[in-house]
Amino acid sequence: MKTAAASLFVQITSNFTRSLGAAIGFILVSFWLLMAVIGPFISPYDANAFVSYDVFGPMSAEFPLGSDYLGRDILSRILHGTPYTIGVALIATVSACVAGVVSGLIAAANSGWVDATISRTQDALISIPSKMFALIMVASFGSSVPLLIATAAIAYMPGSFRIARSLAVNVMTLDFIQVARLRGESTPYIIFREVLPNMFRPVLTDFGLRFVFIVLLLSSMSFLGLGIQPPEADWGSLVRENILALGEGAPAVIAPAVAIATLTIGVNLLIDSLGVKPDQDKGH
Amino acid sequence: MENLVDVKGLKVAVRPKKGVEIPIVKSVDFSLKKGEVLALIGESGSGKTTIALSLMGYARQGCHIVGGSIRVGEHDILSMSSGKLLKVRGRTISYIAQSAAAAFNPARTIMDQVIESALIHKTSSRHQAEKKAVKLFHELALPDPEHIGERYPHQVSGGQLQRLMAAMALITDPDLVILDEPTTALDVTTQIEVLNAFKKVVRERNTTAIYVSHDLAVVAQMADRIIVLKDGEVQENSTTQEILIAPKHEYTASLLKAMRHDRPSRDWNTEKRLGEKKDTPLLEVKHLEVEFVKGIPVLHDIDLKIERGQTIGVIGESGSGKTTFARSIVGLNSRSKGDIFLDGEPLSDTLDGRTKEQLRRIQYVFQNADTALNPKLTIGAILARPLAFYHGMKGQQVEERVAELLSLVQLPVSISDRRPTELSGGQKQRINLARALAAEPDVILCDEVTSALDTVVGAAILELMSDLRKTLNLSYLFISHDIRTVQSICDEVVVLYSGAKVEQAAGASFSLAGGERLPRHPYTDLLINSVPEMRQGWLETAHQSCSSLPIIDATPADESLCRFLSRCSKRINGTCNQTEPSKLSMANGQHILCHLEYADISGANENVVNHASAKPALESYQ
Repeated sequence: MKTAAASLFVQITSNFTRSLGAAIGFILVSFWLLMAVIGPFISPYDANAFVSYDVFGPMSAEFPLGSDYLGRDILSRILHGTPYTIGVALIATVSACVAGVVSGLIAAANSGWVDATISRTQDALISIPSKMFALIMVASFGSSVPLLIATAAIAYMPGSFRIARSLAVNVMTLDFIQVARLRGESTPYIIFREVLPNMFRPVLTDFGLRFVFIVLLLSSMSFLGLGIQPPEADWGSLVRENILALGEGAPAVIAPAVAIATLTIGVNLLIDSLGVKPDQDKGH
Repeated sequence: MENLVDVKGLKVAVRPKKGVEIPIVKSVDFSLKKGEVLALIGESGSGKTTIALSLMGYARQGCHIVGGSIRVGEHDILSMSSGKLLKVRGRTISYIAQSAAAAFNPARTIMDQVIESALIHKTSSRHQAEKKAVKLFHELALPDPEHIGERYPHQVSGGQLQRLMAAMALITDPDLVILDEPTTALDVTTQIEVLNAFKKVVRERNTTAIYVSHDLAVVAQMADRIIVLKDGEVQENSTTQEILIAPKHEYTASLLKAMRHDRPSRDWNTEKRLGEKKDTPLLEVKHLEVEFVKGIPVLHDIDLKIERGQTIGVIGESGSGKTTFARSIVGLNSRSKGDIFLDGEPLSDTLDGRTKEQLRRIQYVFQNADTALNPKLTIGAILARPLAFYHGMKGQQVEERVAELLSLVQLPVSISDRRPTELSGGQKQRINLARALAAEPDVILCDEVTSALDTVVGAAILELMSDLRKTLNLSYLFISHDIRTVQSICDEVVVLYSGAKVEQAAGASFSLAGGERLPRHPYTDLLINSVPEMRQGWLETAHQSCSSLPIIDATPADESLCRFLSRCSKRINGTCNQTEPSKLSMANGQHILCHLEYADISGANENVVNHASAKPALESYQ
């Protein structure tokens, strides 16, 4: 796995020289990942400090992205919101993908009732619209960070399962899997050592896509007032609480929306570049 | 006469994004008169298909035609725009690809696809084109020519599809037809039909054709002239007769030698069994029957014994059950009846039921080394796994053994850091073999291990296997569709037809070169006679000998009869269509499943021991 990750890194870096899109994606994503870690420490003000007498203030040297509906600094609030938006989404995506891929591999390796049980359960989950599911979860258990993570993870696991299972089923038919079975290898060895490395790249692509979906889900939950609760705020709640600024053309609502947009576009560009093999010829 | 095709200084190269161009066709010149059939022959990578495709102004992805000129009729192909080329392709020059199954659209009827190019190029109306297609179906000896066009591609056989593709190519009366390995994917018995149909059509229509193939014997039947290619260069360009009888170039001679399988067989057969004589055979299969669908057996009542150090061959057409047989021995397919014994111990039906030791002792080498090696693992890791798994080796010990195994299959140790995708086909097959050897097995089942390889590379693999057998005292079960390979390396050969063992005899007795021929099952005869011989005119004689069938009455339904009945040229009315044949065992160890009186043919009546007298099928089934 270590070498697979290393070769992937080499490939990512070598892609930048080829594609402008990949370079932009990489820069955007690494910028936001960095902000998720150091953002709260470098913000000019406290997230909840009322620093401006002006509500929906314009951009200025003092408040680079203006002020919000209570006179708080938008830049500081975005920087404090970054760990929520990215952290919660990242944990939820990792959980969704790990659960989906592992159950997909188990289902593919065991035909018969094990496969049927897992697949039908996942099908049942996939049939519930993710936003409805999230609304029900929040309505029943109240909103909290762990609940949001669990909700997003459960809502996006079946998609990951579907992709992982179909990839694994294809790999399972290849002769080297038969060779491993003939050798008498155990199922865990076969799925993790023989199958998983051969589906690493598409699973990673899927991981990126799922991350974007979850960021959008969490943002829209926050927008509806059901996500991160005040006074804390992620980007989605920043958009919602400053929605009145739209009428005034103030940056308070634009800035967090731009943050969401740049993150999702950046991740998408990065994913796209992963699909292309470094030495793939584009024809003539 | 004026040349129809002139190719001068043709150069094709691969142009990587970075780095230097790699030439794959290096300045090739040839010309072709009208009505002539030219063959391009060479191993994979020799550039034969690339040259054929460039005649249509096409280069595969990543390749570029970098120089030279190609003239076909009045067209200067290389100076034409892609729009103009579209008018030439399919109209002036048409192409018959290797895999007809992949070239047909499964969702449309055959007729629609056959006449498509006539409609695109507006050479005739739909009605005229259909009439012409039916005429071509007649000429190509297709069954039910009036109505075969109404079927869909999956409703006809592979050999028929290949002929239908020829009809598709000929519908516009092209000046030049390119045939790219059109019979390589077919069984020998089907190949002979297809070749005959091609030959007849080509001659009757006076078609100019370029025939691309790796098989010199096939080409000898079809071509007037042969161009021998190697590494993108022309080695020799002369008439078929000259090439076959007096090859000028060294490479041509070596190619001829590699393809003449009747060279004195190596130590394979002559060598006596090395193993200590034991009463129990190493591997024994008794009355094996396999069903995929309940009630429809794909293998019937198969018996087989493999002694220590012995090589047994299994041959048959595709669909005869060869692979199923091997897979049920190793436990990948479960059996419905019968027993398998390893050293006298019964083997379980499933993989889970077998011990690690039993699994270790029987190793299976898959046909396709491309898919049998995990592309994400290094060669070292692939070979190390069985060592750790079966023998519990660790660290330094593993490394040493991997190096040993690599030298055993004649590969450099440095290869262990590479991945399968970086190796050639032959190297991959060697690794495939080395992995089986890592387990230190008693018997290795080889499923068509050389069929995906070039003749010369395949011969080297066989050589290697022979050496290993001597040094390691291995037994092999060797599955192949190629009777030439099997006869040269196997102590005994089993012939499977439609899941039944129709004959078993000593490997040497299958030799194609004259000599005294044993009495044979008619199917074995057909197989042997269908292998193309390296002489002109073979096709005509061979086809005559296996085309006429004696007329028999309608067979009673629901009876278990000889499976070969519908194709047998020696069937007897009243016997073959009434009762099931029984097994004949002869004194020389040969077994045949047939009704024919073999004693009469061999002239030694007392040699025949009739095990179970032929019983009327009615009796046994009611």
